[in-house]
Order: sequence, then C-alpha cells, then structure tokens
Amino acid sequence: MSSKSKKNKTDKVKKNQKPGLRKAGNGLSPWEIVKISRHPARPVFQDYLKLIFYNFIALHGDRRFADDPAIAGGFAKIEGNKIIVVGHYKGKNTEENIERNFGMAKPEGYRKALRLMRLAERFNIPVVTIIDTPGAFPGIEAEERGQAESIAKNITEMAKIKVPIVAVVIGEGGSGGALGIGVGDKILMLSRSIYSVISPEGCASILWRDAAYAPDAAKALNLTADALLKLDVIDEIIEEPSKGAHTGINKTAENVKKSIIKNLKLLSNLSVDELLENRYKKYSNMGKFADKKTS
Amino acid sequence: MAWLNKSDTEKNSPRKSLWIKCKKCQSHIFENEWIKHLNVCPNCNFHGNITSGERINLIFDKNTFKELNSNIEPVDSLKFVDLKGSYKDKFEANKKKSGLSEAVITGYGKINGIDVSAAVMDFRYLGGSLGSATGEKILRASNYSYENNIPYIVFSESGGARMQEGILSLMQMAKTCSGISRLNKKNIPYISVLANPTTGGVTASYAMMGDINIAEPFAVIGFAGRRVIEQTISQKLPDDFQTAEYLLEHGFVDAIVNRKDLKNYISNILSFYNR
Repeated sequence: MSSKSKKNKTDKVKKNQKPGLRKAGNGLSPWEIVKISRHPARPVFQDYLKLIFYNFIALHGDRRFADDPAIAGGFAKIEGNKIIVVGHYKGKNTEENIERNFGMAKPEGYRKALRLMRLAERFNIPVVTIIDTPGAFPGIEAEERGQAESIAKNITEMAKIKVPIVAVVIGEGGSGGALGIGVGDKILMLSRSIYSVISPEGCASILWRDAAYAPDAAKALNLTADALLKLDVIDEIIEEPSKGAHTGINKTAENVKKSIIKNLKLLSNLSVDELLENRYKKYSNMGKFADKKTS
Repeated sequence: MAWLNKSDTEKNSPRKSLWIKCKKCQSHIFENEWIKHLNVCPNCNFHGNITSGERINLIFDKNTFKELNSNIEPVDSLKFVDLKGSYKDKFEANKKKSGLSEAVITGYGKINGIDVSAAVMDFRYLGGSLGSATGEKILRASNYSYENNIPYIVFSESGGARMQEGILSLMQMAKTCSGISRLNKKNIPYISVLANPTTGGVTASYAMMGDINIAEPFAVIGFAGRRVIEQTISQKLPDDFQTAEYLLEHGFVDAIVNRKDLKNYISNILSFYNR
C-alpha cells in the first residue's frame, strides 16, 4: 500500500468515526462505553462473589467431559436468599485470564451451567447468572464438542426452568456466548456494560471491511444499556459511576445487590405457571417487524 | 457508443448460462442436467443451494403447501447504516432481486400424506440471516404445530444472526427456541434439516435443537466462522472441518441424506410418530 492511499484511508476512518464517537445522553459515546466495559480494572464475577454473595459453594464439571474454568457456579447466598449463581469467570490479570480463557466458555462450560440451573430447580431456589464474556470460545475443540448445540440447548432449556432466573450483564455481553446463560425472567445491566450480537470490531470488519470502523459499528449496533432498555431487551439498568464500575467498586456492587434482591422478590410472588408463561411472553415479543396486512 | 450501452444491458440482465460450475469439484455441468439432479452435482454429489420454492415442491405433496404469515416483513428499527448504505435499502433491494419478503417461508402441508408445519429458509434473501421478522415467522410456524398437534420441520440455510438488527437478531435465538421448548413440553416432534450453509446464531439455536437433525451432504455447519477460528489458533483447519460429515462423526446429526431421498426419509421417520 502506498503512503498516499494509507493516508487517505486514515482520513476516511477519522471522518467516519465522528458519528460513532458522538456523545450519547449519558455523556459517553457507545465506543467509550465499549472500552469501559472491557477495562482491565473493571470488577468481574469473582469480585461480586466476594462483595455481594456469601456462603458460596463452588460446584464443578458438566459430568460429560470436563470442568470449564471460564464459567463458575454453585450454591450461594445473597442477603439471606439462597440461590444458585452461575457466571462467566474472567481473570484479574493475564495469568488468570489465560487459565480462565478470558471468560470464553466451551461447550462443557454451558453444559455445566445448565446442570447447575437444573440443580436449582431440584432445590427449588432461584438462579442468578452473571454475564461477562467476549463470546463463546471459537476454537477447534469447541466446535468438535458442539459449541452451537450446547448454547442452543441452554437457550431452549432455560425457557422452561421452573425457578426464577435473573441475569445480570456486568461487563461484556458477547453474543451467543452471553445468551447461553442469559435467558431469564429479568435481565439487568450495568450502565457501562454492553450486550451485542457481534463485537464492534467483528461487525466493522464485515460491514465496513475494516476493524478500524469499530466506533461506527458500536453506535450502529445499539449495544449500550440505554439502547437495550429502549428496545425492551433488558428490564433494568443498574447505575455505576460515570467513568466505570472500577472507579467505585463497592458502590456498584451495592447497586447490583439491591437490584438482584428487588427482582428476586418480584419474581417470588409468581406461581411456576405464571413465571413460565411470562417468560414465554417476554421472549415471544422480542424483536421489531412489520405486519403488512394490518398496516 | 451503442456497443457500450449494449454491454451495460447485458451486464444488468440475469446471465443465461448453459453450464453450471460445481463449487466443490469445479466440473462444468449442463444446466439442464444440474436442474434435473435438484441442483446436486452428478459428478461429486455436492448439494448446491435450492430456493425455498424448489424445496417446497420437492418435499410437499403436490398443491398441499399453504403459506402463512407472508405479511411479516423486516423493519429497520435501529436505522442501521454501514459503509454500503442503510439496512432498509438493503432489504428492499433484496426483496426486489429475490421476490422474497423475508429469509424464510412458513406454512403447513402434507409430506406423503402426513400433516406438518414447516419453515423453509432461503439463502438468497440476505444470506438467509435471522432477523426479527424471520424469528417471528419461525415462532409462529412452531406455534402452528403446537396448536394443531402436528410435527414441525425447519429447513435451515443461513449465515446466522442478522447484524443489521443488532441485539434484536440475537434475541431471535431465544425467541425461536422458546417455541421449540413448548413443542418439547407437549411432545411434538421437531425435525431440523441443515443445508449448506448453516452457521452462527441459527446453528446455536433452533437448527441444532431437532429431535432429529438431518444434514445434506457436504453442508457447512458450524458456530464460529472458519476464518475466526484460524485466527484464534493460528493454524489452518482440516478441509472437512464443520461439514455435515464432520458433524455426523462427532455426534451432532442423526443422518446425512441426499436431497432426492429427503422427502421419503422425513415421512418414514414421521410414520413412527404415534400420537
């Protein structure tokens, strides 16, 4: 590539980045929120395990193949409520992240998650899932063992788990990898977290033919909590400091706890039939389309 | 400059070629021969794409298929604009080109006399991608099975979730599977047929959830894209990776069935349904 065409390309990127970087209502652009959601100091599942859950009893393995360190779960208590908690487990440093595969689960992770949700059903206690993953792991072994099937199975089965499910997006809600533990009665989301069908970089490299357009893709994808609430995909936004949860971890954790407790209480009043009927209605209403006959 | 205008018109009119080049073995097949073999290569058995209309003719008893919900069409709810323009322009152009109003045709009909509800995807419309209207139609088709106690069949060929609908396309995975979940509860059989290609969010939702999963020969079926995996592991993948044959070997499909045998294979399985 000549230096001239390189320069032109950079100019073009700069020019086109503008809309993606425009400040949204909360003062941050979607791309800035993407960066906060991935901030290395952002609290992860293991932080919340210490701060708002207690009596955690970690349970391991999918009973078929292995124990996936990218997803953790087990019995826990939150303000006196007995629950099963399951979540993506990112590390807090490079070493931990390599061990935990950066929170990118393999089929055995999703199968473990489903096993624990069924255990919650057996014990008749609610499920809380904690979502924070760049996506399901894209590797040979994951495909070989049925990454697609494991996610599909979870989504299908979570539609009929007979106990309340509250899902909380605390950082990155990466596509199918997030949805694999993300079907529930109430979906909560921290205000600087994201939830998207594809990463902005992935989307930009397909539709803009260049990953440098990620800020534009981030805007176009509507992946912020504000946008998702408007689209009726999530039920509640949990507040965190404007610069991100890492600038006020205790306060953020307190907010997460309050929101989980509030929603568990709301759901505990419902019969199993009501719960499942509402869950079905929630998902059958997802999406926007035109009905040309009536319009 | 008459010659220039002429070449322009030629460029814009559909190419009328007498020969079809097989994507797999590269051999040139006489178009008539190709069509006679149901878009399957007589040389290497590669199963080329088939339109939803052709698929319906092939699978359903003559004049039994009734389309439902053809009035459900996409909307550009996010006002999604990429380098090439808006999503709205894209799906309107696709509609003009393919004559389809969505990437799936749904309805009910008879297969060798057996009543079923079905969803037939069509790769020509935005790569068979799963958007809100696609999901709505697929859910309504499974609900038709649920209400009428008849088996449900989905023929998938799709690149996955439709990014231009952002998170709403991801949610269609949960939406369509909530329908499958209801069929499971009521013990209504669901057969998934996976054609080339079935990838991403479609594989990771209803396409893998068949009580019986059937694949067409050599169909590419997978979750993550080949390129993404190659980048992750920094090595080249084996040729048969993510093919129907690979999935059969690893236990994710029940059978690989030739297109010409598909109708009888499905009706044979459904004949065991003792409701």
